[in-house]
Amino acid sequence: MIDARGQSCPIPVVMVQEAVKREGFPAELRVLVDARVCVENITRFASFQGYTVSVEEASGEYTMTLKRK
Amino acid sequence: MNGRIKISVIAAGAVVGILATALTVLGNPANMGFCIACFIRDIAGALKLHSAKPVQYFRPEIVGLVAGSMIMSLGYKEFRPRAGSSPATRFVLGAFVMMGALVFLGCPLRMVIRMGGGDLNAFVGLAGFFAGILTGIFFLKKGFTLKRAYEVKGTEGFAVPGVLILMFILFLLVPSIFALSEEGPGSRYAPVLVSLAAGLIVGALSQRSRLCMVGGMRDAVMFRDFNLLSGFAVIFITVLLGNIITGSFTGFSTLSQPVSHSSQLWNFLGMALAGWGSVLLGGCPLRQLILTGEGNGDSGVTVLGMLMGTALSHNFGLAGSADSVTDGVYKVGGISTAGKATVFTGFAVLLVISITNCRSKK
Repeated sequence: MIDARGQSCPIPVVMVQEAVKREGFPAELRVLVDARVCVENITRFASFQGYTVSVEEASGEYTMTLKRK
Repeated sequence: MNGRIKISVIAAGAVVGILATALTVLGNPANMGFCIACFIRDIAGALKLHSAKPVQYFRPEIVGLVAGSMIMSLGYKEFRPRAGSSPATRFVLGAFVMMGALVFLGCPLRMVIRMGGGDLNAFVGLAGFFAGILTGIFFLKKGFTLKRAYEVKGTEGFAVPGVLILMFILFLLVPSIFALSEEGPGSRYAPVLVSLAAGLIVGALSQRSRLCMVGGMRDAVMFRDFNLLSGFAVIFITVLLGNIITGSFTGFSTLSQPVSHSSQLWNFLGMALAGWGSVLLGGCPLRQLILTGEGNGDSGVTVLGMLMGTALSHNFGLAGSADSVTDGVYKVGGISTAGKATVFTGFAVLLVISITNCRSKK
């Protein structure tokens, strides 16, 4: 699980980008963020990398699940 | 190309361009429909934080931008007070971003507006801005972070917007207690309510679209994501068309441009400093105002740092002076020795902040 809560733009996306590279395009990645703008940015990046994204919200925090298409 | 370009970014860009043109027609200085650096500098002057007489006015646009963002974020449940991400560092960065911007004579948003006004000096600024952004990206890739922010009480989120709004109300009720320019750029402004409304509209749209001048180039380079860059491009095109329609466009030139100088090295370096600092902050000066409206205390502190930076710029003569014509002789403006020293000091400070805040790689 990548914890990108409270990070400024575009660090959450950088963290996902690093994880994708480091783990060699894993089948699944989970990311925790706490701002909708991060959800939007990560979703745009992930879909470009060939991932589908699902998001669950609980008390202002978003758990994103990225699955390779 | 990565993903869709959001309609909201295009719309926000177009509205910024149209309102920037309208504000200029209605009284704002030329190519200064919006300028976060200039306007915060004018507010610093109005508050007597500096004593440069030509640049003192309580710009309602700034209040509108923050309030517009706040209204939208409250409405969309995105008003989330948080703080604690290296606030003192952000204060310093905000100050140097402003000092760099004022060497160039404009924030990144005004740079785009100046480009649309045919000011070729702004294209040199753009090159410097891009170089600064690339430098910032280098450190982002090395793991730069100012550490995370945490959720805080509501009062933290309202603190800076609240003070700004209260001061503005005071300005409307008792303008005589503020320092206000009688000549120069500070004496040229659109009607107060028009400026406030324009700020509110742009603040609201920028909050929804996440419009950011530094984000456009940063995301394009780092992620091949052209969403925010499209807003940047639309502002340029709209302002250019606006200037042509209103008859103020006289072609592209470096000479005799409004509130602009043709000392190209310093146009380049000033914006490089602003671009690098903005990447480290996570957004351009406009974006810092919008985040302040969303209750982000770190951005609120950044805005206070920006206020300090503009005041220091004018108290110590660090800002650029515009090209001028005296007795028929064209005099190239530029910056003082102190201003040049400050730019290099800024680069040194940013380098230290960039290096010391890199995460160790796992």
